[in-house]
Amino acid sequence: MSGGVAPLVGFLAAAVRIGTPLLWAAAGEVLAERAGVINLSVEGSMLAGCLGAAIGAYATGNPWMGMAAGFAAGAIVAFGFAVVAIWARTDQIIAGTALTMASVGVTGLIYRQATSGRAAGLSVVTLEPSPLPGLGAIPFVGPVLFVQPVPTYLAGLAVVLIWLVLYRTTLGLKLRAAGEAAEAARAQGVRVRLIQTGAVVVGGALAGIGGATLVLAQVGTFAERMTAGRGFIAIAIVVLGRWHPAGIVLAALAFGAATAVQYVFQAMALDVPYQFFLMLPYLLALAALTGVAGRVRAPSGLGRTVD
Amino acid sequence: MSVLSRFRAPLVAAVLGLTVLALGLSALGYDAPAALAALGRGAFGSWYAFTSATLVRAVPLIVIGLGIAISFRAGALNIGAEGQFSAGAMAATAVGLFVGRWSGLVAVPAVLLAGAIGGATWVVVPVILRRRYRVQEVISTLLLNFVADALVSFMVQGPLQESKRIYPQSDPIAIAARLPLFPGTRLHLGFPLAVALAGFVAIVFSRTIWGFRLKAVGAAPRAAEVSGRMDVARTTTQALLWSGAFAGLAGALEVTGVTYALFLNLSPGYGFTAIAVALIARLDPVGILFAGLGFGALEAGAAGMQRDAGVPAVAVSVVQATIIVVALLAVARARLARPEAAA
Repeated sequence: MSGGVAPLVGFLAAAVRIGTPLLWAAAGEVLAERAGVINLSVEGSMLAGCLGAAIGAYATGNPWMGMAAGFAAGAIVAFGFAVVAIWARTDQIIAGTALTMASVGVTGLIYRQATSGRAAGLSVVTLEPSPLPGLGAIPFVGPVLFVQPVPTYLAGLAVVLIWLVLYRTTLGLKLRAAGEAAEAARAQGVRVRLIQTGAVVVGGALAGIGGATLVLAQVGTFAERMTAGRGFIAIAIVVLGRWHPAGIVLAALAFGAATAVQYVFQAMALDVPYQFFLMLPYLLALAALTGVAGRVRAPSGLGRTVD
Repeated sequence: MSVLSRFRAPLVAAVLGLTVLALGLSALGYDAPAALAALGRGAFGSWYAFTSATLVRAVPLIVIGLGIAISFRAGALNIGAEGQFSAGAMAATAVGLFVGRWSGLVAVPAVLLAGAIGGATWVVVPVILRRRYRVQEVISTLLLNFVADALVSFMVQGPLQESKRIYPQSDPIAIAARLPLFPGTRLHLGFPLAVALAGFVAIVFSRTIWGFRLKAVGAAPRAAEVSGRMDVARTTTQALLWSGAFAGLAGALEVTGVTYALFLNLSPGYGFTAIAVALIARLDPVGILFAGLGFGALEAGAAGMQRDAGVPAVAVSVVQATIIVVALLAVARARLARPEAAA
């Protein structure tokens, strides 16, 4: 490879790596929102996934056990949300905020307890990039897309799977019906709240994997509130991606790039305070919402409590 | 509603919240009785603890909670009070640093006004996005919290950093801009101000056309527009701006009454806790006063718990979450029982 494109390749590869946890969480949120549920506890699921992954991987020494623990932890938070928002029929926004608050508290408590008496915290070995045979050698595209840690490839697979389920199965049809017209769906015999619960819990589990990816493929440890709003950004990604699996892939990459850009500028030693780069993903999210909101249509029943 | 039933749900919520905390702490191997005792001592252990910990922490919760009640009544879910609080604190600090030669009678109102304007300004973007681009204020206000965090970080390491340029904090604000304290305590003039504001908002809600309009718009926007000839967009805009102003004022009160300077992480999550305060009080201003005291006690107790029993203060967010959920369930049950009174 010539030296000229190397920085660009590095930047794009970083964008893909940083975008991966966002993509997992957004994939989960797409499921929930297509079923008509806006789930703000996705932030809590991610955070729980982070802690689950850190503890699971630390305790077993196996990152894949960490992944599994993150998956389970994310699902647990989402289940709590489903009980409160769907079955007790409360306001979804507030219920999601409450579950995220609870996750912050519970993860903080468990983390302190897990690390008490140990100065080192929960440091785990991070997953190295695993080049895909053949594909990784493609010029330019290879190092960007196919020399990544395994969770990135799995995220791509998950998105394809979600697309298949949503658009090519009866279950997907029922799920979308629940999100568009719950009453009509129910009249056709669809068990709306059951489907919504399933979508939310699976979605939370995927967000948990997103958190696990953040720990296992990027940070290598847990810190309180470490998700720092990534779950909320995932919600913006879903809007920007027009509630479509393919759309969220592009949107997640855009946010990955917005975060990766700060490393580029730091390397260039520009005289811009680093805090402005910290703001960038959030500002981009706002700008993106402005660009698409009004022109795209959310699922009609989104956020509406089903009685 | 009788006095008893009015206080039943919050009391049930508080007891449940503390029970969940105790069970969780036991499950994790903490000494739960000792932790709860430390929590109680931290909040009510002495007159000094009550005034200087509980009441001091109740001030921002009450003031932000009143603002949240305004926006939630109008059906606008402002969950970015945390960022608006920071914006108010930044504005108040910026002004507070430059009023050294003014009389306190002018300096204090100027600084508080700056805070309120700062908070309202932080909502301007969500308001524009909502009105012009139909972006949900839930997401925009939430995202701006993180922008505010980064901006505070920039301010205390940049334009507002102390003149010694060592720590990420501002210089102390002018003495003239500081709120008077009650003798023998750390309780500042913000507390009576918060009580007065609660009374004022209660009157606005129950006795003014604007208060009625808020409720009508929040309960049934279409009906308000069609039959009541109300400008729904205008009303929600006003509600959002006022809620931001209240959160910004709370930030200014924190700077002028407690810290006297701008720091990183000035708020331990007051903006989110205040949502619980407003909800458990069912958006009723007088209820918010009492709920604010309750949650202030919880925050004060959390600090005591961390200090005396080694339980991280963040544990208290479990209690807060439980209380929000109980409040939601109470509202949902009331609605299911009386479907016609869905408002």
